[in-house]
Amino acid sequence: MDHLRAVPTGAPDEGAPAVAGAAHLADLLKRSARGDQAAFAELYDATSARAYGLALRVVRDPAQAEEVAQEAFLDVWRTASRFDATKGSAVGWLLTIVHRKAVDRVRSAEAASRRDTTFHQDNQPIAHDATAEAAEASMEARRVRSALDDLTAVQREALELAYFGGYTHTEVATMLDLPVGTAKTRIRDGLIRLRDSMGVGSA
Amino acid sequence: MSTDIHALVGAYAVDALDDLERAQFERHLAECPACQAEVAGLQEAAGVMGSLATTPPPASLRDSVLAGITTVRPLPPEVPMTSATAPAHSGRSRFRPRLLVAAAAAVIVVGGGATAIVQPWQDDSSQVQLSAGDRVRAASDAETYTQSFPDGSKATLVRSRSQNAAVLTTVDMADAPTGSIYELWLIHDDQMVPAGLMNGGDHEVLLEGDAASANGFGITVEPDGGSDAPTSDPIVAVEFENA
Repeated sequence: MDHLRAVPTGAPDEGAPAVAGAAHLADLLKRSARGDQAAFAELYDATSARAYGLALRVVRDPAQAEEVAQEAFLDVWRTASRFDATKGSAVGWLLTIVHRKAVDRVRSAEAASRRDTTFHQDNQPIAHDATAEAAEASMEARRVRSALDDLTAVQREALELAYFGGYTHTEVATMLDLPVGTAKTRIRDGLIRLRDSMGVGSA
Repeated sequence: MSTDIHALVGAYAVDALDDLERAQFERHLAECPACQAEVAGLQEAAGVMGSLATTPPPASLRDSVLAGITTVRPLPPEVPMTSATAPAHSGRSRFRPRLLVAAAAAVIVVGGGATAIVQPWQDDSSQVQLSAGDRVRAASDAETYTQSFPDGSKATLVRSRSQNAAVLTTVDMADAPTGSIYELWLIHDDQMVPAGLMNGGDHEVLLEGDAASANGFGITVEPDGGSDAPTSDPIVAVEFENA
């Protein structure tokens, strides 16, 4: 029945491993909810570079990023039973928690020293690293980068200021000399385009 | 107003609302299935963007996280009525600081076995997804206890002995004071046995424990994480009719 299809050289199937990986992480989260510490350790190892990396990107200060990531992981452990695999991926859920904590941190400690670099100075390409997690994620990262490339420049600018900069949409509007209301529209439109080109989310 | 609020969905998904807007939006979100679906998809999209920023953490983080979880009890699963709020909002209770006025002024309405509902499913193997709450409410021996609070919030407990289950439904419950949480109890011969934790808001919670043999039910306000035995007077205390 099956007939073989020529596989283009150097283009492994990108879909299958990512899906299997996502299901595995969801399973680890489920086991964590039952108190399985070994499963949680495995989940940590599979996601910590993303969690810490995102926290670091938002709060900038490594010591604070470590605190934020720690709080987030403890929250993940505590609330693992609330993860709903029908609504999204385990990584997406986890990074939502990390991001919220990181943003709350920069807002509550509005220390000038962490916020004085301008966005453009900071907006350097994200460093690649050689961890197993990063290697595993690199195919995914290529897809994300190309999806980001699909955004208009103004959507991307607003979205990155909000997401990585941790600024409110009102602050973003002011920074970009936009009327209030325009920034939130660009953020939303950018996310919708990203969602659709990544094929994530059920909506 | 509602159109305006809805337009905040993208900014909400990337945590780009200020505290006040966030509180307003979350209140809207609890009642807007369209926004719930959109938030889920947009948070997922934000997450894939976030996963670009990878940096290996210091080894000390792993040690402190794995040591930390040994001291934290995972929360029991929840069957939310509105499946509303996105994850990680549980810590934000600084808005709506209406304090619950204790049970003195509250009214308890008891109606036993009154829920005659046509069972919408054929048999247990059918594909119809019934929540635990639906099953308890539909049971022929369902007992319903409702308590209204002066601030308009409402808590309803339905117990079925045949299902050995009890489900608490809250409507517009004020948040417990900062640093505390509602703890649910089943009473067995004057012993208060922990049956779960709950935040303010609209929830449907399946109680843990042996509901069939319990002779009562209570809610207290406890420090975050809950207690093994009540440390405050109950804000709700109900004796079951058919104990």
